[in-house]
Formats: sequence, structure tokens, C-alpha cells
Amino acid sequence: MNAIADTLRFLGNYVTTNVFRLGYATRLFLLTLLYSGESFRRFRLVLRELYSIGVLSLIIIMVSGLFVGFVLGLQGYNTLERYGSEQALGILVALSLVRELGPVVTALLYAGRAGTAITAEIGLMKATEQLSAMEMMAVEPMARVVAPRFWAGVISMPLLAALFSTMGVFGGYIVGVVLIGVDEGAFWSQMQASVDFHEDIMNGVIKSVVFAVAVTAIALVEGYDSKPTAEGVSRATTRTVVTSSLVVLFLDFILTSLMFTS
Amino acid sequence: MSSDFLVEIKDLHFTYDRRPILKGINLSIRRGEVVAIMGGSGSGKTTLLRLIGGQLKPTSGTVKVDGQVVNDMSHKELYALRRRMGMLFQFGALYTDLSVYDNVAFPLREHTNLIESMIRDLVLLKLNAVGLRGAHKLMPADLSGGMARRVALARAIALDPMLIMYDEPFTGLDPISLGVTGNLLRRLNDALGATSIMVTHDVQESLQIVDHIYFISEGQIVAQGTPDEIRDTKIPFVHQFVHGEIDGPVPFHYPAEPLAQDLMLEGAA
Repeated sequence: MNAIADTLRFLGNYVTTNVFRLGYATRLFLLTLLYSGESFRRFRLVLRELYSIGVLSLIIIMVSGLFVGFVLGLQGYNTLERYGSEQALGILVALSLVRELGPVVTALLYAGRAGTAITAEIGLMKATEQLSAMEMMAVEPMARVVAPRFWAGVISMPLLAALFSTMGVFGGYIVGVVLIGVDEGAFWSQMQASVDFHEDIMNGVIKSVVFAVAVTAIALVEGYDSKPTAEGVSRATTRTVVTSSLVVLFLDFILTSLMFTS
Repeated sequence: MSSDFLVEIKDLHFTYDRRPILKGINLSIRRGEVVAIMGGSGSGKTTLLRLIGGQLKPTSGTVKVDGQVVNDMSHKELYALRRRMGMLFQFGALYTDLSVYDNVAFPLREHTNLIESMIRDLVLLKLNAVGLRGAHKLMPADLSGGMARRVALARAIALDPMLIMYDEPFTGLDPISLGVTGNLLRRLNDALGATSIMVTHDVQESLQIVDHIYFISEGQIVAQGTPDEIRDTKIPFVHQFVHGEIDGPVPFHYPAEPLAQDLMLEGAA
């Protein structure tokens, strides 16, 4: 009997805690939007964060894009060759990247590289009372700390995803055309003919904007809501990666089913 | 006409997570005074400071600063009031990504439209007041605990506040830094014509510099007076606190089951 009561109590506590956290996250997200004015009036606040969130993520994104392109080139060629369609390698590489791998892998890498940095930084600012100090100086942390990071994330991730896809296409070209010997003209012309700007590229951009909002918001909420202890910040950082990854994959499924199914 | 008292607290109650932290605090702080609020760890001292600064809302009662009720203020009014307050946090709370200079310049840049050359003069004057003008290029990571506290003090007084609050200003300081900080705190208060509230448990340092002391225990004020009155007090809790006695009204042991029972010795219930 006690075990049943304990289980019910645990479940009830789990549900109420998570509903409360969801409400907290929504409120924080709305406040971020509300306090965004200053980010645009003093755009250098956003520029500063663009450097740490975007520029410092360049290397990991570009190198990953290149290697994903290499693998796509190899795997794509192996499969297409069986059907005598290796000329279509350019289409396969480009569509896989701009529709799916570019936005999704960039979002996952961004969560690991920039999302964790945002959570840890805000969590430590909270633990060392820097956010409280800001409030006591009549400076709103939502406007000064949270909103600039949010907009820097939203601006930088679609650009990073575009770079990822570009590097991936380049990687596919190196493996497919330069190393394996697929016809260069067919590789590029088929790609140009089959990749639609609105249907493929813009949908990929929309995906990366949605992922950017989701991952950056999760990273900010986790940081702002973290317990002000070493353990609390470390847990929040882990939660950022886990929650962001799951949310990105879930949203990708929803968006793909809305965008690419007739 | 403004009242003689800058801070007036009436019947203040504060409950956190169903646990009463403050139970009916009444205190008034005169303009120009340096006041210490003392009590053991967890007695609600820092909570009281946060209630005065409007970072927490009381469960009941009122907190008035300069005639305005803090707990009834809108966000905008509260931020307007905070521009006239300075707060020194326990470990300084300096922005670690900004230099000493930029930390002190932070409130000036946020709240004024002064040109950079004027900000520079003000920052260097504030840093000079705490003896760290020569350290303006350093980063917070390069500072000792005492220096970081002094930089934070320079930042807290950057806008010449009417009320300065200190949260444990003496914690973790060596004897020299302790003396320097205590002395500085008093001098700055008098030079700025401000009023200071200091939450601390450093009895000896505080008794030398403050005008008035309040003792809090279990969420209530149990004693108050001038430093001389406190030194001579017969109230058992205050006597134990001031003289650092191990046992007294504040027991050495945290409440627990009898030791024999915890060790499961034979015959124990």
C-alpha cells in the first residue's frame, strides 16, 4: 500500500514540477521577447554575443560539415552506382544537406558548443550573484544578459547551418568528383536543376531558425533556472544538451512532415 | 518634509517554502547612520537586506525607503529607487568578463549619458577612494578577495547612492583587508552623506564602526543598541554572540535523536 502511495506521490510531484518548469520557461521566453528592444537599440550587445556564440562555433561547424559531406559522397556513390545513377550524386548530397543534415546537425552541434556555454555562463553569473547585482543596479538582466544572447543565437544558427551545408557540398564534391571521378558537369548541373530555392533551401532556413529559437531558449532557461551551486550548474548544462537534442529531433519530424509531404 | 528615518520596517513577515524566515521585524534607520544587522547563519539577515532592496516581497508588513513603500512599487518605480541604492555583495559579484575599470563604469554607462572622458574621471575617482586606481586595468580574476570587495564597493558608490547595503562585507578577509574595508565603509558613508546597512557576523570589526546594531535570531529582533550598550548587554544570546561562547542559548548540537539511539546501542529505545 505504501509503495503505491509513494509511486503516486512521486508521479504527482514529477508532473507538477515539470508543468511548473514549462510555465516558468514560457514566462521567461515571453519576457525575453518583451525586453528585446534594448538588444536592437544597443546592437553592440548582440554583436558581442554573436562573436562568442557564432564566430567561435565556426570551426566545429565547418569541419563537421566537411566530414559529413565526405561521408555523403562515399555512401551516396556506393548506393547510386548500383543503379547506374552516380551522376545524381550532386542532388543527393545537396538535398540531404539543405533539407535535413544542415539544420539538424548544426542544431545538435550548436547545442553542444554554444548552448552549453550559454547555460554555464548564465548559471555561474547567477551563482556568483552577478545577476542579483545587476538587478540591484536597476539594470534588467533579461534585457542586458538574456535577450542579446537569444538574438545572437537566432541570427547565428541559420548562418552556421548554411555554412555547414556549403562545406558539406564541398566535401561531397571532393570525394565524388575529385577522388572517385564522377562527372563534374553532371554533379553541378543536376544539383542546380533539382534543388529548388523555395522548396528546399528556404525550408531548410526556416528549420534552422526554428531550431535556433528552441535551442537558444532552452539554454537560456536552463541557465537562468539553474540552482546556484556547482552541481546545479553542471546539471543544467547537461539538461541543455539532452533537452535541446530531443526537441530538435522532434521538431524536425514535425517540420519535415509539414514541409515535404504532399 | 522628509522623515528623519531613511528606512522604516513595520511588522515584517516573510515566509519561504512554508517556512517562516522573518516573524514581525520592526526597525528604523536614521539618515546618515551606519547600522549593523547581526545574527547567526540562517537567521534571516540577508533576506532582510533583499526585502529592503525589493528583490523579495514580504508575506506581510511594510518596508519603506525614503518614504516610499518598497513592496507596493511597480517594476519601474522600484528600478528608479534602486538607482539611488548601492549594494555590495558577499564576494563582490564583479562581472568577470569586464575589467576593473569597466565594472565601475557599468552603472554609469547604463544610467547616464555622460561622455567617455567624464566617465573615465568618475571611475578613476571612485577607484581612488577605495585605493585601487592603479588596478583599473586588471581583470577580476587577478584580484585578491579584499581587492575585489573594494572594487565592488567603488561600483556600488558609482552613482553616489543615498543608501548603501553590505552583505557580509568582512567574510573571508585577512586582518589587514578587514581593517581597511571597515574603515573605508565608515569613511565613504560619511563622505557621501549616505546611510549604510551592513549584514554581518563579524562582531569586533562592526562594533568599532557602526552607530547602531540590531540582533536577529530565529526571524525576530532580540536586541538592539549602540556598540557600548551591546558590549555591556546581559541578554544571554547577545552575550554568547559577542563573546563567541561555544554553548549557550544557541546550542552546539543540531537537534537530533539521542546519540545512543542513533548508534543502536543495547537498551536504547
